[in-house]
Amino acid sequence: MDLLRKAREDGGTVDLNALIDAIPYAKFLGITVDQKGTEITTVLNFEEKLIGNPVLPALHGGVIGALLEMTAIIQLAYDAKGDALPKPIDITVDYLRSGRPIDTYARARVTKHGRRVANVQVEAWQEDRMKPIAAAHGHFLLAPPPESTQDAAG
Amino acid sequence: MDEDKLTKMVEESGNALIQHVPHARAIGLKIVTAKKDHAWLEVPYAPHLVGNPDTGVIHGGVITTLLDNASGVAVQLALPERSSIATLDLRIDYMRPAEPGKTIKAHAHCYKVTQNVAFVRGAAYHDENEDEPIATSVGTFMLAANRATPVAMAAQMAKALEAKDNKKGDA
Repeated sequence: MDLLRKAREDGGTVDLNALIDAIPYAKFLGITVDQKGTEITTVLNFEEKLIGNPVLPALHGGVIGALLEMTAIIQLAYDAKGDALPKPIDITVDYLRSGRPIDTYARARVTKHGRRVANVQVEAWQEDRMKPIAAAHGHFLLAPPPESTQDAAG
Repeated sequence: MDEDKLTKMVEESGNALIQHVPHARAIGLKIVTAKKDHAWLEVPYAPHLVGNPDTGVIHGGVITTLLDNASGVAVQLALPERSSIATLDLRIDYMRPAEPGKTIKAHAHCYKVTQNVAFVRGAAYHDENEDEPIATSVGTFMLAANRATPVAMAAQMAKALEAKDNKKGDA
């Protein structure tokens, strides 16, 4: 992605809200990023179209899964040295509580950042951080660093 | 014959059920067909579902949503009576990227139901190539998760299950 390449070339950090703006599905879901220092929290701003159970009502489980996966990707893109977005290999989502029709937050922790693969844990919550509505862990394939960087490093 | 009736009912009225779910409507999710324990759903390619603007590939989250929903329908079709269900966990393995421009299909099979839990496998694929999946899933669902269940879904499932009960009566 040009955005990631530019950030790397400038030696700066990735503008995460610009990144989100460049991902159509993230914009469609209404995800925004709240960044304080290096701490990145994604926000799934509630909208009617995210509802999966209109009677409860509750967010669609797939939307919560998507938020967790997106949060991991954004965290990895922020840490990234490559130009492309990381690709999911697998993700396991534990659904802990039903997602109420309010804003949802998520934060990812990179457990292991290997050369090719990263292991990431993600948690989503609503009003109370201590009461997560879902947790996920997944593996992501990392984009190889550009050759010039490899040469410089090698 | 009654199994055919169940399939026919789901094909004819299943999408009324899906249209009742705002998020299913928002991504264009459709039930294609179904039979006891099995559901086939699909989501058409759309620009707003793209996760990687460089490649035009649909975001994994859409596949999660498709497989979650297909799994849920498969569980409903495996239960002796309608029940509200909740996803306990869902694992998705991504085998290869979805091809830009193509509809993504999913087939979910609820292969075991216990008193409290249902177990489901699923696959997402293009065209009829179920043997070359884009992604596979394994999920568990809690049964009788809560009393509330979408009205349309309840009504549709009651109809479908009536067909299944008739079949039992015949046997």
